[in-house]
Amino acid sequence: MLDLILSIYEIPVINILVKIIVILVPLLLTVAYFTYAERKIIGYMQVRIGPNRVGPRGWLQPIADAMKLMFKEIIFPSGANKVLFTIAPTLAIATALAAWAVVPFGSQMVLADLNVALLYILAMTSIGVYGVILAGWSSNSKYAIMSTLRTAAQVVSYEIAMGFALVGVVMAARSLNIGEIVEGQSGSIWGWYMWPLLPLFVIYFISGVAETNRAPFDVAEGESEIVAGFHVEYSGILFAIFFLAEYANMILISIMAALLFMGGWLSPFEGVSFLGLGSSFLAASSIVWLLAKTAIFMFLFLWFRATFPRYRYDQIMRLGWKVFIPVTIVWIYVIGIMYYMQIAPWFVKG
Amino acid sequence: MRHLTQFINSLFLAELFKGLSVTGKYLFKKKITVQYPEEKTPQSFRFRGLHALRRYANGEERCIACKLCEAICPALAISIESEERNDGTRRTKSYDIDLTKCIFCGFCEESCPVDSIVETRIFEYHGEERGDLLMTKEKLLAVGDKYEQQIAADRAQDAPYR
Repeated sequence: MLDLILSIYEIPVINILVKIIVILVPLLLTVAYFTYAERKIIGYMQVRIGPNRVGPRGWLQPIADAMKLMFKEIIFPSGANKVLFTIAPTLAIATALAAWAVVPFGSQMVLADLNVALLYILAMTSIGVYGVILAGWSSNSKYAIMSTLRTAAQVVSYEIAMGFALVGVVMAARSLNIGEIVEGQSGSIWGWYMWPLLPLFVIYFISGVAETNRAPFDVAEGESEIVAGFHVEYSGILFAIFFLAEYANMILISIMAALLFMGGWLSPFEGVSFLGLGSSFLAASSIVWLLAKTAIFMFLFLWFRATFPRYRYDQIMRLGWKVFIPVTIVWIYVIGIMYYMQIAPWFVKG
Repeated sequence: MRHLTQFINSLFLAELFKGLSVTGKYLFKKKITVQYPEEKTPQSFRFRGLHALRRYANGEERCIACKLCEAICPALAISIESEERNDGTRRTKSYDIDLTKCIFCGFCEESCPVDSIVETRIFEYHGEERGDLLMTKEKLLAVGDKYEQQIAADRAQDAPYR
């Protein structure tokens, strides 16, 4: 019996499908409980207690929300382009999930070990914005189209800064493969790229917040002026899919920050001689470290939302074009100089 | 110099970290949420909730149909019709308050010369059909009869300030 199961598992299609399920099911569960965490944490920061009615301490709240959205009617606005109206959320979720194909969870745990994984992720997140644009266009609504214009301009602007920040990582690691980028940071906590690339690290994460249209860069949603932005006209499961895509993208940005700048699955106790920590089980690389680091960034997303008021639109554009892009370009030059000086432990030619 | 410090502050996101520290502190503060159906906030004796018409101790209704409340009502929620009763006194034939119009300002209560129309502490009421929130004279008197003790106690507490 076991042999049969193993032989079925050896079939490439089955093998890949199983891996996809192993990635996607925990991802979607994380998304569900990320929304719960968001409501709880933002509530706590506002001296409230957040959802606590559905299930013990509100643990079933995301399930109740999902059920509600699933059973709600999907309303097509009159004059809306029905085909595009349904394609838009599909496009948003498809790209948000497809990007996870190249995300490694350990030195061997990766679905698709691409040599150009970083480019692939940038490409996928860029295509994701078409979902938003199509949603706004096909809704036949003023608010939606205004939000679409804002999102398109904002995401395109911040993609440049984000791309340049990633160029810094690629220069340091001399590879576009995420596994190799992580291996390039091994040795000790000081080998992580967040130290020599600190400005790029900060800019990467802030651009990531802008890319996912989260507070304080959520002019695309802008409740106070354009109601809910590109998804005003969406209801039921179609709205839920946009929601899912947004949160999957947030988690993607978080895990990428952990992988590219904070050593991914490498332990922070690696190579520490103090108290023999360096040789204990704490120093072993494991997926737990990766998830813990990801959780830090996911928490930052929520912390930002609870803290910062929304940027004005022209301020967003000024920050993207006149601050982030110059800083990243300057730092790329600095990386070149650091290479020339052979600064250890990052820029020593191997 | 000022511009320089400002530039450095904004480059190193000083203000943003200050903001984050504030919300970070509040994350661990004691939560002040009142879990409503189980816990309730204390009410003032001047609470302005559902209206009631009161009676004197001998069962005589207080309202003398002077229509001051109707005149002062800013939302035009009160409408009164008066008539001469058999014993020659002026009384209301109908006394309607449309609670969907009422803004609970309490002017009717203040204007009443005989403390007839009052606002009680009751705020947990609802209407299930159209017209349920249209309070007629009978409904108002019924509320008054039911909660007379509480109403009288609240008026007595407020008396020194009137």
